[in-house]
Amino acid sequence: MGILTKIFGSHASVQQLPAGTVTVDQQGRIVTSTVSSSFPESLLQAIGGDVLALFREARAGQMPLSQVSLHFGSLRITARELRGGAIIFMFPQTALSQPPTPARS
Amino acid sequence: MDTRHKILILDDDADWLALCRDQFAALPSHPEIFTAGNAKRALALLETEKIRLLISDLKMPRIDGLQMLAIVRRRFPATRTVVLSGLEDEDYRSRAYALGVDLFWLKTEMQRNAKLFSECVESLLGQSDRDGDTGFRGLQSKSLMDIIQMECLSRTSTVLRVTRGPLVARLWIQDGELIDAECEGARGEAAFYRLLAWKTGAFENLPAESGRERTIQKPVNALLLESAQTLDESAHPGTEPDSVESSLHRQTMWKLAQLTREGAEFVVGVPLAGGEAEALGAQNVAALAQWTRRAAEITRRLGERLEAGPLSHVAGQSMERQTVMLVRGDRAFLVGWPAESSENLAEKSRKLVASWES
Repeated sequence: MGILTKIFGSHASVQQLPAGTVTVDQQGRIVTSTVSSSFPESLLQAIGGDVLALFREARAGQMPLSQVSLHFGSLRITARELRGGAIIFMFPQTALSQPPTPARS
Repeated sequence: MDTRHKILILDDDADWLALCRDQFAALPSHPEIFTAGNAKRALALLETEKIRLLISDLKMPRIDGLQMLAIVRRRFPATRTVVLSGLEDEDYRSRAYALGVDLFWLKTEMQRNAKLFSECVESLLGQSDRDGDTGFRGLQSKSLMDIIQMECLSRTSTVLRVTRGPLVARLWIQDGELIDAECEGARGEAAFYRLLAWKTGAFENLPAESGRERTIQKPVNALLLESAQTLDESAHPGTEPDSVESSLHRQTMWKLAQLTREGAEFVVGVPLAGGEAEALGAQNVAALAQWTRRAAEITRRLGERLEAGPLSHVAGQSMERQTVMLVRGDRAFLVGWPAESSENLAEKSRKLVASWES
């Protein structure tokens, strides 16, 4: 039983990183998405909401941003402002990915 | 009860796994070897076995080594980690060390220096964890001054490479004498003094360079003494207003010089727990500080939810300028750059902030 547990009975769960593009409107609702449907929608909405908050607070701080890129150890999220909403690109950073570089408009 | 240490090797190449299994099984401490062909299987083993050391490849399908290491660092902090990769790229080495791996080794190097690699692995196995009771770990309690003195007392010839985040400094020691130094764009005695102001970092010994030009003539003990006095004076500037003002002025001038040399427009530093922001070159400091603090909070929360590993930085772009936000310890920094800057601004910001802090 111990051996079977080791081979098959893992309780470890690894969350896949999102890959694809999402557009969100001004209220943070997802308008279009190319991210796999197996990725939780609540997390996609969280990403959209956080990105919009970054744009909104930058505007409030008199530093309006047209683009923002979040570089995590294994994921890069690049978002462009779209009239209050945003288009968000998500790139998992694998060992074979190019090192992150700032995107130019 | 079997008290042998357990090593887990993660690689998608079955032949390589077999080769590693044989090599590590032959270590003097006879560790128990586990192998996994993918990250999911490795995580299952980490949950069921008390794995002492994880040796992981980087290039793997689905979940790669970097993502795996980020997960292991968080879920199994007591597990030592070694990257054994075929990717000869300094960037991957930096990214792996940034994730907190104990050792990064190339597969080709492992084959060439199998004995040395085995000794490194054996050493990692022998290091005690928090509740362990054997062995000593590293030189954390030693200052850079202690390390330099030890190198000089041993009368060896070496190049001491010291790193502090993205900053790199080198000391050339020839037959126990310090002959040259390089640090943050300075050379000679100035570089040596600058380096000794670093409070933390890592070091490694590189092979000696016999033809290195000598720029430092003073004995190392005299330099260390002078440096200790300077550091002491800046840490305790005295009670005279002139002395305090002069010390603050020196620090401000140094930071301004760094800002100008790198070509940045401004730097804003904010304590994450709240408190007064420190800024140079910025006009709307309060608003920038507030955004920096909020951005740090939002990205930390998002990174945790997505299990995406530690935040490297946040790059922003507007018509007027580009910005880079990064977190170091308990402070977040926002660095502003001209809109037309095209070099690697994240790396330049990292260096600027690291230098700013020292």
